[in-house]
Amino acid sequence: MTEAPLLEIKDLRVGFRTDKKKILTAVDGANLSIYPGQTIAIVGESGSGKSTLAHAVIDLLPGSGHVMGGEILFEGHDISHADRKAVLALRGSSIGLVPQDPMSNLNPLWKVGRQIKEALVANNVATGDAADKRVVELLEEAGLPDAERRARQYPHEFSGGMRQRALIAMGLAARPKLLIADEPTSALDVTVQKQILDHLDQLTDTLGVAVMLITHDLGLAAERADHLVVMYRGRVVESGPAQEILQDPEHPYTKRLVSKAPSLASQRLSSVRAREEVREQAVQTAAEIAEEVAQSESEFGEGRDDIIVVENLTKFFTLRGAKPWQKVDFAAVDDVSFSLRRGTTTAIVGESGSGKSTVARMVLDLLPPSSGRVLFDGRDVSELRSKAERLKLRRQMQPVFQNPYASLDPLYSIYQSIEEPLRTHDVGTKKERETRVRDLLDKVSLPTTVMSRYPGELSGGQRQRVAIARALALEPEVVICDEAVSALDVLVQAQILELLNDLQAELGLSYLFITHDLAVVRQIADNVVVMQDGKVVESATVAEVFDNPQKDYTRKLLDAIPGASIELGA
Amino acid sequence: MHDTQPGARPGQERYVAPTDETPLRAIDVVDVDAVPESQWREAWKRLRKSPLFWLASVIILVLAVMVAFPTLFTSADPNQASLGKQFDPPGDGHPFGYNFQGADIWARTVYGARASVAVGVFATLVTVLLGVVTGAIAGFYGGIVDTLISRLSDIFFSIPVLLGSIVVISVINNVYPNKGFWGSVFVVVLALALFAWPQITRQMRGAVLEVKNLEFVDAATAIGASKLTNLRRHIVPNALSPVIVSATISLGVFIVAESALSFLGIGLPQTMVSWGNDLSDAQTLVRSGQHLVVMWVPATALAVTVLGFVLLGEAVREALDPKARKS
Repeated sequence: MTEAPLLEIKDLRVGFRTDKKKILTAVDGANLSIYPGQTIAIVGESGSGKSTLAHAVIDLLPGSGHVMGGEILFEGHDISHADRKAVLALRGSSIGLVPQDPMSNLNPLWKVGRQIKEALVANNVATGDAADKRVVELLEEAGLPDAERRARQYPHEFSGGMRQRALIAMGLAARPKLLIADEPTSALDVTVQKQILDHLDQLTDTLGVAVMLITHDLGLAAERADHLVVMYRGRVVESGPAQEILQDPEHPYTKRLVSKAPSLASQRLSSVRAREEVREQAVQTAAEIAEEVAQSESEFGEGRDDIIVVENLTKFFTLRGAKPWQKVDFAAVDDVSFSLRRGTTTAIVGESGSGKSTVARMVLDLLPPSSGRVLFDGRDVSELRSKAERLKLRRQMQPVFQNPYASLDPLYSIYQSIEEPLRTHDVGTKKERETRVRDLLDKVSLPTTVMSRYPGELSGGQRQRVAIARALALEPEVVICDEAVSALDVLVQAQILELLNDLQAELGLSYLFITHDLAVVRQIADNVVVMQDGKVVESATVAEVFDNPQKDYTRKLLDAIPGASIELGA
Repeated sequence: MHDTQPGARPGQERYVAPTDETPLRAIDVVDVDAVPESQWREAWKRLRKSPLFWLASVIILVLAVMVAFPTLFTSADPNQASLGKQFDPPGDGHPFGYNFQGADIWARTVYGARASVAVGVFATLVTVLLGVVTGAIAGFYGGIVDTLISRLSDIFFSIPVLLGSIVVISVINNVYPNKGFWGSVFVVVLALALFAWPQITRQMRGAVLEVKNLEFVDAATAIGASKLTNLRRHIVPNALSPVIVSATISLGVFIVAESALSFLGIGLPQTMVSWGNDLSDAQTLVRSGQHLVVMWVPATALAVTVLGFVLLGEAVREALDPKARKS
């Protein structure tokens, strides 16, 4: 093997100047090599320096970022110290980029075709009519059907997946030798992600383009690349052949990653066992609570086994039709029925637009259903007339929402946020409430020092803990998690899922767990409802769904879990 | 894209970093020592670093002292005029000399600040109050309420503030002449606010529309908070920052508007000491080109005051910038 590497990074150090004139090292002594036509993946959590590393290669470091040391050799030439002109010449024509967020990386005022043409003209590939023709070819190549018409459309007429395809077409427009793909699919549904990555695989294979794939998902990285580079806190902690690293991780961080990645086999087995234990305990505790509820007059509900029963739930949204006076009814949720057993978790799984969040909002009584009903412990939610009854229902059912940046009022301190439900329901004196808030913080493993802090100062995972503490403040029987872990890094996600499991076992909670990610379902759920276009496609236990899916759509979702095909020794 | 020839190539051998180089940290650990910082405190920290803010603060502070304790700045009586001193040059205790009426120019400017600031502050307060309430209701409840408020605000928005105020003040002055200082200020404030609220309404409505769909509002509803509680506790406070910025800037604008009205002889009555009235008196001199100091002093005071509030608004806007806040 005498072939020379296409890109070699040696001892690279990248720093950012902070406003206190200090230098924050984002990448510290990174080494890696990419050979022509090869795909490697850089894996790490947010803040690990993986994107900074990639941006240093094409000299697109944001703000005060700069290369402090080391070399970036592209085809043997150092480009980290080259002058601007030389780097500009490389950009696009030799090194292409597929950026992270397809929503914000296309100019909304320009037609998609024109933006790709710009890439062609800027790199002197083609001009005029020839360029226009090439644009259509490129879009076709990126897997966009009806490319000629699509090229004349604006970005807002494209779905997320289509935009990402357009960006891939743009990145490959000048036939670069290296394509840097920075989390190219993390904003997309798993099924779309799979389609796009499959296509990218195929395309770069035929064109002989090397790919540097940046991702936080170890399963995805191992599936798509043969060489892995694991980054942690700005350093490369482990690198080598993908299979080897997965089967025999050596660095403690890599070990941690491998053991927590929800899609990988070892995790699959252990999570099923752990889940069984949790369920047993939770169901038992929940049964005791149910008995109390059944005997007590003041408690809300009848103490039934199925704490939530959803019957033929339907929601129409009225959309504007083609003409101003026309209206179209759109069924976001169409005849959905399922039930949630006390002390267990039912997961509702589906892609964006499947209506799963709308179901959650209707169960929470935040949105009135068009027809059908929701029974909470035997009581029809829509028939609760008195304010006192409604408040009682609210106490029994609390949400944890997806976006940890939007689910806490930024102007409220953590203490105020968690105390709010207690205050709203006039629970206890001020002193008692404070004790309760301390208890709750302890339950979600946060130090009480965070009480006086504000959401902006906490990480996503910590905010989600606060949201869980707030949800538990009123001692509800049901917690509805709407994509509660989707926005978190893998390790933080695993930690929150563990917390949710522990709380369920301890308090006998019942969860309705809304997610697009089938991989986490095994860790938390007992039953699964698969939704597509507002309808229930399949509804069964977790084991049945994973081992013996009945419907094509379910199989497609399972297939799309990144890393699902990787077999580990365990 | 899988390599056809497995096996490590040079530079791609298995590498494991020494563990002590990057020791493992607990996952998602909380920084226990950090100082709590609310958004307002954070904004204040940014504000403190802004030179614009300090410049504006000095101007506004001086102005405030001038309003509260005019005697600190001048010992002369602004209303004492003797024609014998007409256009007398500056002298001891009279730094800019005397005007057409023989009154002390500096004393009149110092005492004139009170009327300007009173109109500016009260017009802003009334405008913000009206705008925040109507905007919050329109944005939150939507539907027919929104349509009514929005169309009504459109009507008022389409009338130029100055022109509308002239009509309103003239009508009121015809019905109730002789109102005294606060009565006159009240009429000017009312007239200005009547035509200025739609701008705040629009801003507030837009901000509320954005905030009301955030998840913490749903979370509060799910807790059992009523709509009104939610609006008061969560939505309005989070929608206020753009309003605060425009309110600061409009304070300066109202001071100019008062002067313009007085200059036209419609704002505060001629007998009251105000910058607008002084400028109005000075306009005959502009034509002759003599004794321009009579015009320069109140005009400079007006310009510097407005500059102070506009700069403050800019500094506050930078400090509250929602884009900078998220990062």
